[in-house]
Amino acid sequence: MMRRKEARAGFLFALPWLFGLVAFMFYPLLMSLYYSFCDYSALRSPVWVGGDNYVELFHDEVFWTCVKNTLIYACVSLPLSMVVAIGLAMLLNTNVKGMTVYRTIFFIPSLVPMVSLAMLWLWILNGDYGVLNTALGAIGIKGPNWLSDVAWTKPALILMSVWGVGNAMLIYLASLQDVPTSLLEASELDGANAWQKTRNVTLPMISPVIQFNMVMGIIGSLQVFAIPFVMFPGGTPARSTYFYATYLYDSAFTYSRMGYASAMGWILFVVILLLTLVALKLSNRHVHYGGV
Amino acid sequence: MSKLSDLFIPGLIALSFLALAGTELRAHPKDDPVKTHIAVWVGWSGFEYDAFQSVVDDYNKSQNKVFVDLLSITGNSTKTLISTSAGIPPEISLLSAAEIPQFADAGAIDVLDEDCKKYGWTEDKYVPGYWGVIQYHGHTMALPATPSTVALHYNTDILKRSGYGKPPETIEEMDEMVNKITKVENGKVKVAGFLPAEPGWWRWSWGPYFGGQLWDGKSKITMNTPENLRAMKWVESFSKRFGPAQIQAYKSGFGVFASPENAFLADKVAMEVQGVWMNNFIEKYNPKLKWNAAPFPYPKDRPDLKGHTIIEQDIFVLLKNCKHRAEAVDFLAYLQKQGPMEKLCLGQKKSSPLRVKSDEFWAKQDNPCIHLFDDMAYNKNCIATPKIGIWPEYEAEIGNAMDEVSLLQKTPEDALKAIDARMQPKLDQYLNRLEKRREAGK
Repeated sequence: MMRRKEARAGFLFALPWLFGLVAFMFYPLLMSLYYSFCDYSALRSPVWVGGDNYVELFHDEVFWTCVKNTLIYACVSLPLSMVVAIGLAMLLNTNVKGMTVYRTIFFIPSLVPMVSLAMLWLWILNGDYGVLNTALGAIGIKGPNWLSDVAWTKPALILMSVWGVGNAMLIYLASLQDVPTSLLEASELDGANAWQKTRNVTLPMISPVIQFNMVMGIIGSLQVFAIPFVMFPGGTPARSTYFYATYLYDSAFTYSRMGYASAMGWILFVVILLLTLVALKLSNRHVHYGGV
Repeated sequence: MSKLSDLFIPGLIALSFLALAGTELRAHPKDDPVKTHIAVWVGWSGFEYDAFQSVVDDYNKSQNKVFVDLLSITGNSTKTLISTSAGIPPEISLLSAAEIPQFADAGAIDVLDEDCKKYGWTEDKYVPGYWGVIQYHGHTMALPATPSTVALHYNTDILKRSGYGKPPETIEEMDEMVNKITKVENGKVKVAGFLPAEPGWWRWSWGPYFGGQLWDGKSKITMNTPENLRAMKWVESFSKRFGPAQIQAYKSGFGVFASPENAFLADKVAMEVQGVWMNNFIEKYNPKLKWNAAPFPYPKDRPDLKGHTIIEQDIFVLLKNCKHRAEAVDFLAYLQKQGPMEKLCLGQKKSSPLRVKSDEFWAKQDNPCIHLFDDMAYNKNCIATPKIGIWPEYEAEIGNAMDEVSLLQKTPEDALKAIDARMQPKLDQYLNRLEKRREAGK
C-alpha cells in the first residue's frame, strides 16, 4: 500500500517533466518525421508528397556542398579540439602556484555567448587590421584574408572552434584528478618517462571521458550553426562556409520549406546516430572503466 | 517554524503572479479594458521604432475603441511566420514588399481590395513605384509603410580630385571613372571607385540595371539572357581589372556598415548604391563627408533605362485569421492619412509613399537629396524584386553566382546557366504544388 502510494507520488512529481517530454520532444519529433514526407511551409497545411523531399535532397547540389563543408569542419575541428582540451587539462592539472587563476582564465572563453564570440572573431580575423594578422605580421608572416578567401574561411572557423574547448577541458581536468596516484607512482618505479606515463596510465584511465567528449563532439560539430550563421550569412563567400545546419535553417525559415528542412533534420539525425554507434563500437576496446 | 517554511514556495508563486499582474496593469493603462487591443509587430528599432511609437501613441489617444500594442521584434518575418502557423498571428505585421508572394501564396495575409474601396486607398493616392510593389496577382495585399528608393551616392571630394565635377550618367562613363579613381599600389587597392559587392545588398539588381528581367512573370526563370549576361560580365570586369584577391583584401578592411569604418564613410569607396537612410549614417559617423546622390547610371545604348532605381519598401500586412480585423483596418486607415504618414516618414527620415505631401514635410527633411529619392519612385523603370514565391532562394542563388564570378571561379555564362538550371525546376515544382493546392482547396 505504502509502495503504491510512493509510486503514485513519484509519478505525480515526474508528471510535469513527462508532459514536457511528450509535448515538446516526442510530438515535434514525430510531426517532423511526418512533415518530411510533406510539402509543408508552416503557413499552409501539409500535403503528402511521399519521398519527394528525400529524392530532391539527393539531387540538390547545395545540399552536397553543405555536407562536404560540414564533414571537413567536423573531421578537423573535432580531433583538434580534443587534443587541445586534453593538452590544456594536463597543463592545468600540474601543481603550479596560482593554478585556479589559470583554470579560470582558460575556462572563461567558453562562457562567452556564441553571437558575441562571432562578433569578436570578426575583429580578430579581419584580413586588414585584425589582431591575428597583425601578430603574424610582427613575426614576418603575411596573414591570409580569413573571412573572404574561400581557401581560409573553413580554417578560420576551425580555429574558432578551439576557442570553446573550455567545457571539455573542465571535464578532462576532473577526470585527470581522479587518476590514481598509486598507478602513476608504480609506473614511475618501473622506470616510465612522462610520455609513457601519459600513454599507458593517464590516457587509459580517462578513456571513458575521452569517449564521452568524442561523442558529444561528433554531435556538436555536425550541427555547427551559430557562428557561421552570424559571421558568414548565406555561407559566403561562394558557399564556402555553408553548413548543414545553416542550410536546414534557411530551408525552414527563409525559404519556407519546412517539409524539406524536416527531411534534412531526419537525415542528420540518422547520420549522427550511426556515426555515434560506429564511434562507440570502434572505441569500446580502448576504453577502460575503473573496477571493470 | 516548519509551517512558515511550508508557506515559502506557495508564497513565492503567489508573489510571482502578483508581479506579473502588476506589469500587465502597467503595460495597459486604466482605460484600456474598454478598448480592443490589437497587436502590431515591427522589425524597427532605435529612432525608427520611436517614430512609429509616437504615431501609435497619437492613434491610441485619438479614439477610445482600439489600443495598439506595439512590439519591436528581431527577425519579425520569421516570428510572424511561426505565430501565423500556430494560429495566433498579430493583427498587423511589418514585412518587406519582397515577402508578399510567400505570405500571399500561403493565404496567410488578407486581401485588402474591399478595404481599399472603402477607404479610398487607390493607385492615384500613392507614388506609382510604391503602389506597384504591394499589388500581387491584381490584388492589393499590403499597405505602404515607410518607403525608399536607392541611388548612387558619391564622394564629391574624391571625384573632384580625379577631375570629375559630376556623377557618371552612363555605365560606360562610370567604368572610365572607376579606372581613374581606383588606385592600386604594390598589389594593394588604396581607394576604389566602385565595387559591385559593396555593400552587397542588391546583388540581384545588376541584371535589371542593364535592362534584364529575372523571370517572365509567369513560369520561366530568365537569368540567362543577353542583358543579364552583360551585367554579370560587368561584375566580372572589376575582378579582371583589379584582381579578385586584391579586391578581397581591400574589402576585408571595411568595417561594419553602421560605423565610421563603413567603406563609403571612410573614403575607401568613392561611389556606392545606397538608400535614403544613408544620410542618417553620414550625419552620425562622418558629418564632414562631402557627398551627393544621383540615379544609378544606365548602359549607353539603353537611354530608355535612365533614372531607374530599386524600390525598397516596408509594408503593413493584415494577417488572416487575426482576432480583430476591423480594428486593425481602422488603425491602418489612420496610418494612411497624410498627417500620421508624414509624421512616421519624417521621424524615420524618409519620403512619404503618398503623392500629396505638405510643405512642412519637405521643409523639415534634413536629407539634401530627399527630392531625388522621391522623384525616382515615379520612374517607369523602377526595379522591384520579382513577385515570385521562391524569391528568397532565387536571390541566394544569384548572390552565390555573383560570388563565384567575382572570384573568377566561374564564367558569367556558366554562372547564369547554373542559376537557370537550379531555379527553373524549383519554380516548376513550386507552381505545380501551388496549383494542386488550389485545386484541392487547401
